[in-house]
Amino acid sequence: MRVRAQIGMVLNLDKCIGCHTCSVTCKNVWTTREGVEYAWFNNVETKPGTGYPTDWENQARWNGGWERTKAGKLQPKQGSKWRILSNIFANPDLPEIDDYYEPFDFDHDHLKSAPEMEAFPTARPYSKITGERIEKIEKGPNWEEILGGEFAKRSEDYNFEGIQKEIYGEYENTFMMYLPRLCEHCLNPACAAACPSGAIYKREEDGIVLIDQEKCRGWRMCVSGCPYKKIYYNWSSGKSEKCTLCYPRIESGNPTVCSETCVGRIRYLGVMLYDADKIEAAANTEEEMDLYDAQLGVFLDPNDPVVIETARADGIPEDWIKAARESPIWKMAMEWKVAFPLHPEYRTLPMVWYIPPLSPIQNAAEAGKIGMENDMPKVDDLRIPVKYLANMLTAGDEPPVVNALERMMAMRSYMRSKTVDGVIDEGIAARVGLSGRVIEDMYKIMALADYEDRFVIPTTHREQVEEAYDLKGGCGFTDGNGCSSGTSKASLFGGARKPLKMPSEVQ
Amino acid sequence: MFANLDIDFIIFGIMPYAALTILVVGSIARYERDPFTWKSSSSQLLRRKQLIWGSILFHVGIITVFFGHLIGLFTPVWVLDAIGVPYWFKQWMAVLIGGPAGIAALIGGTMLLHRRLFDSRIRTTSSWPDIIIMVLIWWQLVIGLLTITQTLQHMDGGEMVRFMNWSQSVMTWNINAWTTMVDVHWLYRLHIALGLVITALFPFTRLVHMISGFAAPFRYLLGRTGYQVVRSRRRAPLPKTTVATAKVAPKTPTAPPAAAPAE
Repeated sequence: MRVRAQIGMVLNLDKCIGCHTCSVTCKNVWTTREGVEYAWFNNVETKPGTGYPTDWENQARWNGGWERTKAGKLQPKQGSKWRILSNIFANPDLPEIDDYYEPFDFDHDHLKSAPEMEAFPTARPYSKITGERIEKIEKGPNWEEILGGEFAKRSEDYNFEGIQKEIYGEYENTFMMYLPRLCEHCLNPACAAACPSGAIYKREEDGIVLIDQEKCRGWRMCVSGCPYKKIYYNWSSGKSEKCTLCYPRIESGNPTVCSETCVGRIRYLGVMLYDADKIEAAANTEEEMDLYDAQLGVFLDPNDPVVIETARADGIPEDWIKAARESPIWKMAMEWKVAFPLHPEYRTLPMVWYIPPLSPIQNAAEAGKIGMENDMPKVDDLRIPVKYLANMLTAGDEPPVVNALERMMAMRSYMRSKTVDGVIDEGIAARVGLSGRVIEDMYKIMALADYEDRFVIPTTHREQVEEAYDLKGGCGFTDGNGCSSGTSKASLFGGARKPLKMPSEVQ
Repeated sequence: MFANLDIDFIIFGIMPYAALTILVVGSIARYERDPFTWKSSSSQLLRRKQLIWGSILFHVGIITVFFGHLIGLFTPVWVLDAIGVPYWFKQWMAVLIGGPAGIAALIGGTMLLHRRLFDSRIRTTSSWPDIIIMVLIWWQLVIGLLTITQTLQHMDGGEMVRFMNWSQSVMTWNINAWTTMVDVHWLYRLHIALGLVITALFPFTRLVHMISGFAAPFRYLLGRTGYQVVRSRRRAPLPKTTVATAKVAPKTPTAPPAAAPAE
């Protein structure tokens, strides 16, 4: 057992209202720069839909993530190291910017500088790459917002696999949900594996996956390697960029910008302890449907004395172990089993998990339009097909999703009974394998979702490894060479070096 | 002495040393001082068209030609004699391998140059060095291929050995070696001069990605055992027991528990 800690995230899709505040605040902080106008480290998609970039979930087309070879070996779906290197001149799996969208802005200045004309002046779009006029915008970062476009196109959604999807194109059967997406900070990142330069790394202390901008050479294998298409090539700097999980904020115990600003309070951040020795075996699980369970098996119980002792020996700080015990992620993923990884079949062991959405059903159920079972609406009759959610969250395995939806439904019934009728009905809890006490805890964390319940983030302990005196008055975050004191131990052009303690590779 | 400065002295006597010095010092300085700018500057994201075929033809061709020159010029003549390779045979090999590779590189290079100049997305996002170096390489390929017309007129390999001796003399600090080159055909002169100009421009252009490209297989295949990269800020690595024996036996922690930070 080798214990490591990771900051994980859960998004409660049941409460996402699709307001895009997460995307906008993220963009304002991280990607309002030349070269990454098209990049959204966080974006919100309307599902069913083909998403951003278009068709990203279709790995038969993009070859992202991992595959288990016939010989039982785990390797990037792009191919082994040799195959990746042989594609270095031209990457056949790389999306073009048009698969995202051509970034644009509008001639706002024309509105005030236009001469007197018969018609009102308009602000017409132009390309942010070439500066040329765009006559018609064909695509944007959220082109299918609230089921925009025709069903035929949207139904190419990969999650419809195994579903008779035609009926969902009918008005009466239409369903939709929002899916906010960001880097998954995977336990088995395919982007890092695909990088020939070794520039992408996972941080041992908090699991955040970052790109060393000084080591990145722009071979762009990570862009195609990531099945979530959450690595963006900056066409201006020639380097790849990605979500940083706002590590400067996380390090100081603050939630990421997207989480902090979420008006629906759907995002949770907390520590998960995991066994680094189990990662490869878990990712290489034979059956895709078993991958969800395999990943659960990688996580370590922070209340287990053996785990705690090993964690201490492996250098996990005491307050991180404490935070792991209070982690909302642990509760939702492991204790209540209501949160799931996004597309576990990619074998990346993602660490941003999702609580599936219930559909608006209570009224329909009471009107007799949905089957009832034990006084509760049957989840199989929900507007969003369970199979669709299962394709997204458990590689198609329906029972875990059904179980989660039933528990969420039970939580509603239990609390309704308690607060409206004044009756504590343990029977409701028992039917979904929980107790009233657990359901009230679920209610506190999932429904009320107070700030301190959502974000249990221990601060990092850089003071133990860094000379704070050298940090004082140092550079902040810059693009380019602003802060660089060179790569070698000695300074090439003289001057005293105040080396920052950079993380070094672990074998 | 400047009155005697002749063009051959500049091309064959001065330029090799100037270009190589700039290449080495410039590359080290750039790698050391500004590693953020060290990149391949791929434009595939912006336009896939013409890149797949163009880039593969160009790179495969030019890498073949590059190593052909390197091996062909810097293999000592006595090695050829020792292993019994006749000069005419080596020259035929150079023409038969280098010729097609050069043509492939030229076709690919033409596609890439056309794309760079006439595709508005690529043109507007190109820097001047990007365009200049591509134009220079394109001309270098054309001139290099044209020299074959001269080469075919003397297939005994004698002229080739002259170039080999000169290249190796430059490397061994024989500063008078330029005098052996005074009467070579102007195509060769032009080819060598342009090659040295490109060498000197190397550290200031995207060409630096060549070094990373040649290093990539070593780093990726040999330097990394698995696929994953994990970085730590720890000052001292954890005891090996946590890594090596974990799979065979349940680990008994040997290290003392880390001091609990004040909460």
